Amino acid sequence: METQQADQEMDNQKQQAATSFKAFMLKSSTKSNLNLYDHLARLLTKVMDERPQNAVDVIEDLSFRVKRELLVDFQSTLRDLPLSTAAQLLAEQQRLLFAQVDEGEQDDELIESPLPNVNEISYYLEQAGVALGREEMQRIFLALKQLVESQPLQRCRLWGKILGTESNYIVAEAEYREGEEEEEQSPEEAPKDEERDADVDDEKEGAEEADALPQSTYKPPPAVPKEANGSGVNKYVYYVCKEPGLPWVKLPSVTPAQINGSRQIRKFFTGRLDSPISSYPPFPGHEANYLRAQIARISAGTQVSPQGFYQFREEEEEDEPDAPRDSYEQNPDFEGAPISKMAESLSNWVHHVQHILKQGRCTWVNLATKPEEELDEEGEVEEKEEEPDEPEPEVGPPLLTPLSEDEEILSTPPWTAKMSSTLTSQYAVSILRSNLWPGAHAYACGKKFENIYVGWGLKFAGQWYMPSLPPAPQSEYPSGPEITEALDPSLEEEQALKAAQEQQKAAQEDLESLEGEEEDEDD
Amino acid sequence: MDSNTLYYSLDLVSGIGYTLNGEQRAALQTSLLLLKKNYKFTRVMFWGKILGIKDDYFIAQGKGDDELKDKKFLYSFNCMEWHLLPPADDRMVGEVSRAAKGRFTGDPSYEYTASPLQREGDEASEEVVATKLTEERRLAVTVHLIDEEASVVPRGAFNRTHLGLMQTNRCFEGLSHAEAGKLEHFLHFAKPKKLKKKFIQELADLDPSIDFLDSLNDDIPNGQWSLQLENAGRVCVIRSLLWLGMTFYHVPMTPQHGYVYMGDGCKNLDLPFML
Repeated sequence: METQQADQEMDNQKQQAATSFKAFMLKSSTKSNLNLYDHLARLLTKVMDERPQNAVDVIEDLSFRVKRELLVDFQSTLRDLPLSTAAQLLAEQQRLLFAQVDEGEQDDELIESPLPNVNEISYYLEQAGVALGREEMQRIFLALKQLVESQPLQRCRLWGKILGTESNYIVAEAEYREGEEEEEQSPEEAPKDEERDADVDDEKEGAEEADALPQSTYKPPPAVPKEANGSGVNKYVYYVCKEPGLPWVKLPSVTPAQINGSRQIRKFFTGRLDSPISSYPPFPGHEANYLRAQIARISAGTQVSPQGFYQFREEEEEDEPDAPRDSYEQNPDFEGAPISKMAESLSNWVHHVQHILKQGRCTWVNLATKPEEELDEEGEVEEKEEEPDEPEPEVGPPLLTPLSEDEEILSTPPWTAKMSSTLTSQYAVSILRSNLWPGAHAYACGKKFENIYVGWGLKFAGQWYMPSLPPAPQSEYPSGPEITEALDPSLEEEQALKAAQEQQKAAQEDLESLEGEEEDEDD
Repeated sequence: MDSNTLYYSLDLVSGIGYTLNGEQRAALQTSLLLLKKNYKFTRVMFWGKILGIKDDYFIAQGKGDDELKDKKFLYSFNCMEWHLLPPADDRMVGEVSRAAKGRFTGDPSYEYTASPLQREGDEASEEVVATKLTEERRLAVTVHLIDEEASVVPRGAFNRTHLGLMQTNRCFEGLSHAEAGKLEHFLHFAKPKKLKKKFIQELADLDPSIDFLDSLNDDIPNGQWSLQLENAGRVCVIRSLLWLGMTFYHVPMTPQHGYVYMGDGCKNLDLPFML
């Protein structure tokens, strides 16, 4: 019995010692508020979880890491403010693209909708090695649908994409339904004119205040008039958007000055329509105008179709046989050329957009007649007479000219024609790639064809770009004796002059006194 | 880009307009695998496409143990038969810069004639004959230069082992969305040139096992890289404006990254005027 009692007492003692030691271990530190018991428990759990090799060697490190992880946990009780990323903001915008429309309302419109079948185009383009990414293409498709629904368009086409340094432009080519166009245009035009008038007024007022600054005799050459909407370079309107889902922005119509300006500069697009173009020679307008000018040039250079797809309208030929024909219609009898032929010879492809003349217009306008009266007033008739009275009209190649007549640039042929597949050539698509405007592609397959441009919006420059130098400074005034600085006279010269003057004076006085004497004598 | 991820990565870089059609993709999957076996590469990449006037060159890149030093380039016209490109050295680079003009023709045996360097001033060395240069050599140099000047990797995707080997970092989990928006987190995948010239203060923050490459941020002229978020803002895309056609992609928060060159193989020397 005694031994039993003694054993129990021992056990009790041991237990007590154990509990007291556990209590000791559970005592939290005054510094870190941790206790050793929990720490060891966590440490051993960690060892069991991770089973590191040679655990005993790294136990100190593990212990330290356990402590640090606790600290991290403690810190993370401060909640982060969730920042919405750009992707999330964009997703909010793009959500609208996928909105379902009630079917009942849409049925009748679907038949006449100008929406192109982007999926089909994208399929053929991929054969040609051109793509924007499948999902991206789908989003662009939906964005085009949004555009067609919001605007009264008769025709709409995915023109392409222009890459910029900060963001890209997706470009849609559209044509308004007849009659709807003018209403759209007039409010935009009006404020511009007002602004211009205001500017002129300001200048005049300024001139009156600061009394009569010298007026420049330079008269700028008369501006080439802009082509009317629906004709020439302004035949179509263009909408751009940065990302599918973001609003479509209509580009302003292009002026000949802007086309010529864009021919002389070489700039990347930034992706902001309102950013200024810093270049030499200065470009008349913002990036939106530059973009529109490049689109016009690219369209004129690279929009092609298989020969025979379009034909000229027959009615309008009689009245003016010389005038270049600028309208065409789809040929209902077009059969589609065999693919191999299309890929072999460029003469089976024709341009269906008018060539832009040096003047910056598609149809030439005679500027020599109007400004003569104005110049006469200034008395510059002589200069005028040197110029030929009737300038040679600029003529470009007529519409629907085969590509085989395009000029080479620095021994680079302007087009590369190919077939999409060499293994299954009977089902291939014929591809045309422009070397003049890298990024412009066309494909034809049976009766179907399409043009697309994806690139930086820059023409192939050949060797390198040479910016035009500023003109030599004008002479400000004719140099003559009255404005030339003379040398200061030396002391001797001055004295000599003084002496001479005095002599003269003395001589005069003598003369006068003599006369006076004579008069006196007379009296 | 790695041939294993070609399925989806081509779609991510096609924002520039060029891609491969189905036939070429399928052919690449087959031929690159054989290439890896025959040349005993550890990794095979589809490097890009150089557009010629008559034909296009498809370029593949094979890598050995060291990702940076052991690399070989091969070219093909039909994505099936591959030919090894000669390694480019400084002398070849000089030759090409003198002779090569205009676009690639698409014929590897086409000969460019270099105009001799001497002008009318020094007539003494007239024996310098106009050197001839085949397009294959030009291709080798161009590919080498593009890879040297415009290849990009995200920071941390590669690390240097204690033996000095450069290998893919298995622990790389991708840049965060905030990091992916900054150019300083992307590095040139080429032998560093500017790293040694940095100030000691700048070097203090660098991790020697990761930061052994030059950052894109330090390039001159400034602004020769265009960084954008594409594909609905999910993919970080960097384009070189010096070598138009070089596209790099990285999907933030994933280890996926890669680059591809699809362009005409001409350096954009007009860059200073165009920015």
